[in-house]
Amino acid sequence: MIPALQRVARSLGVLLVVLALTYAIFYLAPIDPALRMCGKPCSPEDLEAARGFMGFDRPWWAQLGSFLAALVVGRTYGSGDVLVHCAAPCLGYSFQYHQDVTTLIGERFPVTVSVAIGAVVLQSALGIAAGALAARRQGGILDRVVTAVSVISASAPAFVVGLLAVVVVALRLGLLPSGGYENLADGPGPWALHLILPWATLAFLNGAVYARLVRSSMIEQLGLDYARTARAAGLPERRIDRYALRNLALPLTTLVALDLGALLGGTVITERIFGLPGLGALLLDATSTADLPVIVGTTFVGSLLIVLANLAADLARPLLDRRLAVGGRRPATPTTQETSS
Amino acid sequence: MTTASDLLVLDALHVAIAGRTIVSGLDLTVRRGRITALVGESGSGKSISALSTIGLQPAGAEVRGSARLDGEELVGLAPGPLRQVRAHRVGTVFQEPGQSLSPVMKVSAAFRDVLAVREDLRGAARVRERTRELLASVGLPDPDRTAASYPHELSGGEMQRVVIALALSGDPDLLIADEPTTALDVTVQRGILELLRRIVEERAVGVLLITHDMGVVGEIADEVVVLKDGAVVETGSVREVLGNASAPYTRELLTAVPRLAEALEHASAADGAAEEGEPVVRVEGLSVEYRRRGGAHRALDGVGMEIRPGQIHGLVGESGSGKSTWGKALAGLVPVEASTLELGGVDPRTLGRAARRAAYAQVGMVFQNPASSLNPRRTVGWSVAEPLQLEGTTSRADAARRVAAALEQVRLPASYTRRLPHELSGGQRQRVSIARALIRRPSLLVADEPTSALDVTIQAHVIEVLREAIEEARFACVFISHDLAVVGSLADHVTVLRAGRAVEQGTAREVLGSPQHEYTRALLASIPDPERRLSPR
Repeated sequence: MIPALQRVARSLGVLLVVLALTYAIFYLAPIDPALRMCGKPCSPEDLEAARGFMGFDRPWWAQLGSFLAALVVGRTYGSGDVLVHCAAPCLGYSFQYHQDVTTLIGERFPVTVSVAIGAVVLQSALGIAAGALAARRQGGILDRVVTAVSVISASAPAFVVGLLAVVVVALRLGLLPSGGYENLADGPGPWALHLILPWATLAFLNGAVYARLVRSSMIEQLGLDYARTARAAGLPERRIDRYALRNLALPLTTLVALDLGALLGGTVITERIFGLPGLGALLLDATSTADLPVIVGTTFVGSLLIVLANLAADLARPLLDRRLAVGGRRPATPTTQETSS
Repeated sequence: MTTASDLLVLDALHVAIAGRTIVSGLDLTVRRGRITALVGESGSGKSISALSTIGLQPAGAEVRGSARLDGEELVGLAPGPLRQVRAHRVGTVFQEPGQSLSPVMKVSAAFRDVLAVREDLRGAARVRERTRELLASVGLPDPDRTAASYPHELSGGEMQRVVIALALSGDPDLLIADEPTTALDVTVQRGILELLRRIVEERAVGVLLITHDMGVVGEIADEVVVLKDGAVVETGSVREVLGNASAPYTRELLTAVPRLAEALEHASAADGAAEEGEPVVRVEGLSVEYRRRGGAHRALDGVGMEIRPGQIHGLVGESGSGKSTWGKALAGLVPVEASTLELGGVDPRTLGRAARRAAYAQVGMVFQNPASSLNPRRTVGWSVAEPLQLEGTTSRADAARRVAAALEQVRLPASYTRRLPHELSGGQRQRVSIARALIRRPSLLVADEPTSALDVTIQAHVIEVLREAIEEARFACVFISHDLAVVGSLADHVTVLRAGRAVEQGTAREVLGSPQHEYTRALLASIPDPERRLSPR
């Protein structure tokens, strides 16, 4: 259990570093969020007051401390009669949306979750299937097609693929809506219909990695001794494919976890192209309006999700391959009984 | 000539890959209740012949001729029917038991899948019952524990028994065993060979045994076919072939097998050699502990040795006995505890960084696998000169001279400096490794299983080269091997190691001639001997 605790502690450390870096970067940047709140005309006194109200008058590490404290106990901005309360877990307060960041993120999170989970399911299913088929027909037409497609998809920029999908499938053919989001609560039909294009776009872009990994590892696995033994025992090839895929569970889980973490943090370009109000869109808007609390909050949530996904993959490793388990049984050292048998 | 007891008959079997003939005209018969050994050195085509008969030849291989199992022609059979033949009539055992099963599946899962295909058996309870029965039949004492284990939780011997149990499922007529004991320790090998013999007697299966080891042939085979470069050089009963070989190649193979009797003769002659010179190595109370997940592991526990110039000290033990660790400890590659540790009279642990490195630089090392211990993209000359280059004090011309001298020491022509490792044979590569270890004129050479990856005829030659180099340059040598006969033929002193402890230590004559410890006696008795069954009991 100790290594698991060590991993959790390490993950927390990573989070702290990311957060500190985010603060440091925006503290160095030549933007002053208080300037917008101050309005026009803005006297130096008003600006100072706005800074104080928002909490931007202190050094960045002190702000980082308040941010961390606010996660646990909440935070109150302002002084005197003008008070804004932000309940725990408080990720900061946006003075442009006049809402706490936790609520802002909470509103957009379902959109991002819908995009991320669908995309990961689709890209891993397509990628693994394509890779396995290509490995089986190594050097054949299908193998070449898969390799060619994966080269294109791995090198194509997201905005090109996304825009192309919108123009061709939605605008020209009119098969699917070109953008927007429908709540799952309003029925799964419209919800899925609006998400098919984003899912397909992301799956096309990310699936190539799966196809390549599965193809090369499958070829390697099918040449190993255990595959030969299974073949010699008369097992059908499909069963041997399953053995090989089972041996790939470890790298594939890591890949899925990383992708899921990254997608849950928001996909900036895809959300923008398909007009999806997710975390990525929120981050993009906040960047253009210098909404520092939202930027920090979204970045924090994004890194939290990536770290959590990594942690989950790490903790799953010994379950997928018992050789990595701590305290697993080892071969008994030879005994007299064995040598005399 | 086919009789009722003929099970597998190969008739003029040809195998070619990419137009290159690998096997040319192999004739061979396996009879029920008999073991036919197909013997040859690496590259002779013995494995590919066996694989080709059951349709497992590598992609692109062309198989011609005839292979009949119980009268049914297998060459040219479609993949589907061939798989049925493999599933119901043939069992197969390969060399590396540790890698014969998928590492992420329990043994029981392998049995579940195999029994479903080979015995059409389904249902958890029935599969469990049959698994238990099969595992017990190969002499595994606790079948349920074995079935619930992952491959890495079992020893090599246990795993090979598991693989044999899998091969016996479906009650096959023919068992193909491809070097089934080569990766195992001698004492474990003995158990597996006895098991194979018992299976043949009880089940009346025919066995095609593929091996490079004449000792194994002598222990269990009935018929022998000797293969060289894809062609049969000799066929006959084990008595004829081993007792009265007609082909020169067979005789060469037989004489190359290290024999204990010869080793003893050598040891007696070497005994009484003057103990002259100051000890090159003096070690007492040497222990090495490896820390790993879940606690420390004591790989060596209070061992000691003393070697003088020109002497060879043999370290013998089975896998995991700590013999390689000992070699690494002498070269300063692992952290050690020792009451005495002196190289050339100095304790390197008391020296500063630079001086310590210089002290350990007197130790040359040769490893087991010559294929992976030389840089494949560098010439022989570069590899041999590398230690000098690292030292950085030798001029180019001087280095070239010393490379030539080192190659001369291992009986390789100086023209080999420009060759790349893949242009050399395994034995030549190992001689290059030895030359590299000798170029700095070490006072101690640690040779860790230097001949274990080599064919017997080449092994004999490499050992000869090593012996001459030692006599010439008078350095001390630690020779590590699992093979008592090899050690006996070379060493002046021998230490028998077991689980990190020295169970017996003394001159080669004492240890091999009159072993005191039960374990040494067990090791000696386990060495396969081509003549054991030939001599009247």
